[in-house]
Amino acid sequence: MSDKEKKIIKTIRIDVDKCNGCRACEMICSAFHAAPKYSSNNPARSRIRIIREPLRDLYVPVYAGEYTVAECAGRDKYTIDGKEYDECAFCRASCPSRDEFKEPDSGLPLKCDMCEGEEEPLCVKWCMHDALILEEREEELEEQEELEELEIGLESLADKYGMDEIMDALSRLNNKD
Amino acid sequence: MRYAETGFNLEVDLTRKNIEKVATDPRDTELYLGGLGTNAKILWDRVPPEVDAFSPENLLIFGAGLLCGTPAVGCNRTILTTISPQTKLMAFSMMGGFFAPELKYAGYDKVIFRGKSQDLVYLWINNDKIELRDASHLKGKGAIETAEIIRKELKQPKAQVAAIGMAGENRVFYASVEQGRSSASRGGIGAVMGDKGVKAIVVRGTQDINVADPEKFMGLCNEVMDYIKFRNDNPIPGVMPILAGLGSPQEMKVHDEKWHTENFMWGNSRTRRKGFWTDEVARDWFETMEKSRTRLISCYNCPMTCGATISMPGLPTYMMKCFTKLTYTMGAFSDLDFGLKIAQKATEYGLDGFSAPQVMAFALELLEEGILHKDDFPEMPEDNEGKFFYLLDMIVRREGIGDVLAEGTYWAAKKIGNGAEAFAHNNIKKHEQLPLKLSMLNPIYFLMYSTGEKMNITQIEGQFPQAPYFKKEHREEFVKDWFHVPDEKFKQYFLDWEPRGEKSMPFYPTVDMCCDIVDWQERMHYIDDALGQCAGLSSFPLKPPYHIHNYPKFISAGAGIEMDENKLSQAAKRYRTLVRSINISRGMRRKDEKPPENHWKKRFPELEKELLDTYYKFKGWNNDGIPTKESLQEMGLDYVAQEFIKRGILTDTQDDPAKEALTKKETN
Repeated sequence: MSDKEKKIIKTIRIDVDKCNGCRACEMICSAFHAAPKYSSNNPARSRIRIIREPLRDLYVPVYAGEYTVAECAGRDKYTIDGKEYDECAFCRASCPSRDEFKEPDSGLPLKCDMCEGEEEPLCVKWCMHDALILEEREEELEEQEELEELEIGLESLADKYGMDEIMDALSRLNNKD
Repeated sequence: MRYAETGFNLEVDLTRKNIEKVATDPRDTELYLGGLGTNAKILWDRVPPEVDAFSPENLLIFGAGLLCGTPAVGCNRTILTTISPQTKLMAFSMMGGFFAPELKYAGYDKVIFRGKSQDLVYLWINNDKIELRDASHLKGKGAIETAEIIRKELKQPKAQVAAIGMAGENRVFYASVEQGRSSASRGGIGAVMGDKGVKAIVVRGTQDINVADPEKFMGLCNEVMDYIKFRNDNPIPGVMPILAGLGSPQEMKVHDEKWHTENFMWGNSRTRRKGFWTDEVARDWFETMEKSRTRLISCYNCPMTCGATISMPGLPTYMMKCFTKLTYTMGAFSDLDFGLKIAQKATEYGLDGFSAPQVMAFALELLEEGILHKDDFPEMPEDNEGKFFYLLDMIVRREGIGDVLAEGTYWAAKKIGNGAEAFAHNNIKKHEQLPLKLSMLNPIYFLMYSTGEKMNITQIEGQFPQAPYFKKEHREEFVKDWFHVPDEKFKQYFLDWEPRGEKSMPFYPTVDMCCDIVDWQERMHYIDDALGQCAGLSSFPLKPPYHIHNYPKFISAGAGIEMDENKLSQAAKRYRTLVRSINISRGMRRKDEKPPENHWKKRFPELEKELLDTYYKFKGWNNDGIPTKESLQEMGLDYVAQEFIKRGILTDTQDDPAKEALTKKETN
C-alpha cells in the first residue's frame, strides 16, 4: 500500500470583473438540485449567490460552504477598491447570523456539491462570460500529515476537556454508528 | 399542478385598499398563453371603451410572461398593460430586468391594480405577505432613488422594485415605469401608475416555479445556449454591426455611431447631419463612454449584455440601455457627454427616452417659429444644453409651458394651436416615433408602421432583413442557415430581392409577399410578449435562438400545454386580434393607420392603398381595419363579434364598416 494518496482538487476561479449580474448561476443551481432534477427552480434555494448591487458595482458570486451552528465571535467587513461590501459578504457558511444558504421553507442548510455527476458545475457551464471557470488539479496527499493534524486536534481537545471526556465522547459517537 | 405559471393573480383595489389572491382559469392560458395575451383578455373583459386612462375603472396590469421564472434563457419580461393617456388606446409596454421572475417566485403571474389611492402608496409583496404601505416620504423622489430607499427601509436588498419618478406622479403622458436597468416606457404607463397613487411595486419571492417536462425543457434550454454561443461567434456578415449580433441594439458596447448619427434626424426629427461622425467626434464619444461606463450588465438569466452602469462625474449612478444613449443627444444637437448626463435625470424622473427629447425639441422649434414666445419660457438659460435641462424640469413638474408639453407633441400642438400641429409631425396614433426620415418607400415598413399597435417600429420589425443584399451570392449565403423561417418561400422572397431594377422597392417584395413578411415578423413579437421572452433573443435580431419551430416545444415542455406551430400561431393571432379589437372599440380606424407624412420622400399612394387593403384582408379585417365577424368567430372571439354588433361597429349581416356615426367615441 502506498503511503501517498491522490486527490482531485476542484477550484472555481471567480472573476468578478466578468460578472454581468444575470444570476443564471443561481437559477441553474436551484434547477439542478430540484427533485426530480430540473423539475423546478427557485434562486432562493441556490447554493451560489451573487452579491449584486448594481449601483455600487458590486458583483460577487459566493458558494455555499459548511453549515455552522454558531456565528463567529466577530464579523468582518471589506472595502476593496473603494467599494464597501456587506458584513460577512464573502463567507461561505450557512450560519445563524444570516439567511443565506438556507432552504427558504425548512431553513435547512445548503452546501455546494460541485454538481456531482456532471462534467462541470452547472453554474460554470451557464456562465457565458467566464466569470466562473472550473480548474482541476491533482494533489498528492500525505497520509502521515493528515494523521499528524488529527493528533494535533485531539491533543488540543484533550488539553481542554481532559482525556477521559474525549474517550467518553468517542465511545458515544462510536455507539451511535 | 400548474406549470410555468403560478395560476394566481393579485387583485389590488386601491380605493378600498383591498388585496386578493385570485386563481386563474387554465383554459385562458391555452387560448391566450400569458403576459400580453392574458393581459389583453382582462382588459377587454373589464375595461370598456368609455373608461379613460385616468378613470379609477382603468386597470393597470403588471403581467409576467408565461415562461418567466423558468430556466428559459432571457425570458424575464413584465408586460404592463393599461389604457394610454396619450393614444387613448391599449398600452402594452414591457420591461426586462428582474421583476417578472421575482413576481413568479413570489407566487403570482400578474398584479392587477384598480381604483385609486388618495395618498401615495407602494405595494410590498413578500411571498404571501402583501401590504400597501405609505409612500408619502417618497413623493418627488427619483425612480432609482425610490428603489434604493425602499430596499433599505424594508431591509430587503434582494427585493425587486418597479417605481415611477416625478413624471409619473405628475401624470406626464410619456412617463415610464423604471426598474433598475429596465423600464416600461411607451404609452405613458407611468402616468397611469401615478394617477392611481402607486409610487412603486416591491416584490420578493422565494418559491418554486415548476416545469412540466424537466428533461425536455432543459434540453431545449441547452440548445438555445449553444446557439447563442454560435451566433456570438458568428455575426451575420454584410449588415451593420448593430444588426449582426443578438440582443437589443448593442448601444452600450458599440462605439461606432456613424450610422445612427448620420442617418437619423436631429432636433425635432428634422435635420440630417451628413459628415457628423468625424474622427474627433468618434474619439470624444469613445472617451466619454469609456470613462462613464463601469460595467456591461444583463437582465435575469440572460448572457447578453445590452445594458450598462453609467456614472457621470458628480451625478448619481444609473443604468442605461439601447437607444436612449442617442435620443437626447440628437434631439439637442449636442454630444454624448450631455446625452448621458440628461439621461440620468430623465431616468430618475421616469420618462420615455423616445418621446421626451422630441417634445423638448418640438417646443424649441415652436419658439424659433414664433408660435411660442419668450414669455412662455421664463428664465430659460441661453445655452442649448441648458434649455433642455430647463424644459425637462418644467415638463416633469408640469410648470408653465411644461404643463402643456407634458401631454406630448400631439396634444400639446392642439392646445397651443396657431399652426403648431404641423410641428407635431413625427407621430403615429398620437405617439412620437423614432427620429427617422428616409427616401424610398419601403412597403414592408409601410405596413408595419401603419398597422403596428405597439407604437414602436422596433417592436414589430426583426426577422426579415431590413434591406436587400447587393450580391446574389451573399443572399444565397444568407439563406443557407436560415432555418428560422416559418416557410421556405421566405427564402425565395429574399433571394429575389434586388436593390435596383424590377425586383426592388417599392414594388418588390410584392404586396402579397409584404403581407407574409409583416405577419411573420409581428407574430414573433406577439409570441415573445405572451411568453415574456426578450425580443433581443427572439423577434428582433436576424437568426435568433428562439423561433417558430422551437417555441411550441418550449411551451409544451414548460407549461404542459399541448402545442404545435399552427396552434401557437392561432393563439398569437387570437390575442393580437383582441388587442386590435380593444383599440377598434376605442375608435381606432384605418384613418389612424399611417406613417408620418414625411417618413419617406418618395410615396406611392396607390401602392400604399393596395398594401393596406390586402393586408387587412389577409388579417381577417374589413376595409376599415375592423376584424370581421367571421374571422372573430374562427378565432373563438365570438364575444368580441357580439360586442361589436351591439355597439354598431359591425353589423349582423355584413362586414362592411358600420357608419362612423355609430361609434360613440372618437379619439381625435
